[in-house]
Amino acid sequence: MNATNIQLDAAGNLKHLLTVEGLSRELLTAILDQAEGFTGVTQQAVKKVPLCRGKVIANLFFETSTRTRTTFELAAKRLSADVLNLNIAASSTSKGETLLDTLHNLEAMHVDMFVVRHSASGAAHFIAEQAAPHVSVINAGDGRHAHPTQGLLDMFTIRRHKGGFEHLRVAIVGDILHSRVARSQIAALNTLGAAEIRVIGPRTLIPDAAESLGVRVCHDLREGVRDADVVIMLRLQRERMSGALLPSAHEYYQLYGLTEERLSTARPDAIVMHPGPINRGVEMDSQVADGPRSVILEQVSNGIAIRMAVIAMCIGTQNLRGLGAEATYDV
Amino acid sequence: MMFDSMKISIRNGRLIDPASGIDREADLHCADGKVLAIGAAPAGFQPDRTLDARGLVVCPGLVDLSARLREPGDEQKATIASETRAAAAAGITTLCCPPDTKPIIDSPAVAQLVHQISARHGLARVLPAGAITRGLDGGQITEMAALKEAGCPVLSQGDRPIRNAQVLLRALEYASTFGLTLFLQPLDADLSEGGCAHQGAVSTRLGLPGIPEAAETVAVARALALAEQTGARIHFRGLSSARGAELLVEARRRGIRASGDCAIHQLFLTEDNLHGFNSNCHLLPPLRTVADRQSLRVAVAEGAIQALCSDHQPHDADAKQAPFPETIPGISALETLLPLALCLVAEGMLDLPTAIARLTTGPAEVLRPDLGRLTPGGNADVCVFDPAETWVLSPETLVSHGHNTPFLGMEFKGRVRWTLLGGRMVFERS
Repeated sequence: MNATNIQLDAAGNLKHLLTVEGLSRELLTAILDQAEGFTGVTQQAVKKVPLCRGKVIANLFFETSTRTRTTFELAAKRLSADVLNLNIAASSTSKGETLLDTLHNLEAMHVDMFVVRHSASGAAHFIAEQAAPHVSVINAGDGRHAHPTQGLLDMFTIRRHKGGFEHLRVAIVGDILHSRVARSQIAALNTLGAAEIRVIGPRTLIPDAAESLGVRVCHDLREGVRDADVVIMLRLQRERMSGALLPSAHEYYQLYGLTEERLSTARPDAIVMHPGPINRGVEMDSQVADGPRSVILEQVSNGIAIRMAVIAMCIGTQNLRGLGAEATYDV
Repeated sequence: MMFDSMKISIRNGRLIDPASGIDREADLHCADGKVLAIGAAPAGFQPDRTLDARGLVVCPGLVDLSARLREPGDEQKATIASETRAAAAAGITTLCCPPDTKPIIDSPAVAQLVHQISARHGLARVLPAGAITRGLDGGQITEMAALKEAGCPVLSQGDRPIRNAQVLLRALEYASTFGLTLFLQPLDADLSEGGCAHQGAVSTRLGLPGIPEAAETVAVARALALAEQTGARIHFRGLSSARGAELLVEARRRGIRASGDCAIHQLFLTEDNLHGFNSNCHLLPPLRTVADRQSLRVAVAEGAIQALCSDHQPHDADAKQAPFPETIPGISALETLLPLALCLVAEGMLDLPTAIARLTTGPAEVLRPDLGRLTPGGNADVCVFDPAETWVLSPETLVSHGHNTPFLGMEFKGRVRWTLLGGRMVFERS
């Protein structure tokens, strides 16, 4: 029944990565450390290690994505795995049957890992529950629920710049309500012991129960970024820019768009992050996006190392099968 | 008819009939499908069969205000035969089925079809709710007088709300011309659109699109205002929030002709059961907070909510085999209606006669007041259960074709032994 236990084998090793919630600080730190080790690989002349040779990883994308799918693919290839890319049109009636049928067909092809993106919250949990015991599932984004590798790569980027999390004030700005990225960041920051997490946006984009996630809610951008060490801007989906959630992209930018001037109350060494792709002139000014405090492109590079670390860990857990670690695992 | 009406005496049981206030050890005698006498048998009465109910409870057959039988149209999920068999095994003798079958029960022909099929199997009294609007489209009202004539005692929209207040107002006026009660699911169409969980801490954490409490209170307040305006009789089918129940209580105090029920699982499950994306807890209205559950329990105990129902929604396995938001809401619930009510008694929320009242006279008053009681001369619909028998709900013990219940594996105390429908034995546990 528990949402988080399903991610670990009986010995506490990472078997699936579905959400950051329920993972210990030690495990998160181990993933970040492992990713640190993999950053060297990308700078070698031969950008490959043989950790996942002979393994088949299927990228199962029910929602379109360029960045996440590409970095997952690169990560898998650098680990020497064979990669299948399946883009399943979101328009097709993605009913449970179709999803299950797809899953079982791929299992019949002896796939070892599914990397799943889906528009419905809980999709990765569902697939992990239904998948054969030897298969690992990595959530590459499910609805509004979680995007754990994005959350982890952001933690990796923050740690590289700030050294640790204990004294950090982090401001997350924008559409918290619909953001799986924000949920994963918040869970990771809380587990890693950040001093304060603030979410900033108009009430229409902040869930009523936001504080139950362990954040402070703020509706004013200047107040929200004051003395912040890290400012994370979230992407505002185009369809939310009009209608009853927001009056216009223009007013949103006036109130919540990040400019150098508005950033002036943050700490002088504050970094600015964005999961991409950026709507320039909506979430932030180009001057900020391309400015000295922006680490946005680093986030993309770090995404490869984090995804290598997560894939390698889950495949490593599979390799432990038969050595006793899985003996009491109840599927 | 599968079983013939016999002369039956049920001896030595604890007879509970909330309608007459009887709660004592008494014999019950039935003949010609009717209750003949309570207590001493009439002189010369020779029963064909005598049931020894020592240690058992004898009460009116249960009346369930909302059970989907899936026929016509969704026979891959369940049929009238399969679900009335499950009802009989659960002590339920009267079922009101919502009109959202395929085709929709918006014409006398479909209502008659449901009557014919259920009469052929003869396992439960099935009373179809006629549609309020044609095709449940929320626009054109149905031929309500003809539906009443065809055996629809109430009208309903199932779970498809009427967005247009003018249409609802006219429907109330027209229905009240013929003394018909409207069953309304209190869920505002716009405020609930796209949602699949109570808007609160759990939906925030799981990233599930929320349905705010206001989706219920807005719908309740709107319907109450229109009921007050028209003087028509309404019944809220499936309250889920403390505030929704409060609005009903206030309105009744002011004399508005409104009543309400809630699905019994709302008194046990909460939003916390959604952790792990348990699709068997995907319900409409959604499971709400612990505080809501407690308020609903109190409202049931005090009678502000006069009926408990199963809100039975049997599904095939595929309906629940998908990511949570894409699963179809509902629980297969006939066979947990009485057992869960007995849990409330065991927990001290209700005494046994009150629990039985919420399953018999309470719903019958809304649906058909002559049912849900053991009155000499009235229908011999009887449920006899053993309050001490313990058993575990499992796919093997379920009679319903729907196995979609979050209560699988739970141990219950209290189990039906015999069910009589119009004096005929429709269920007997061997």
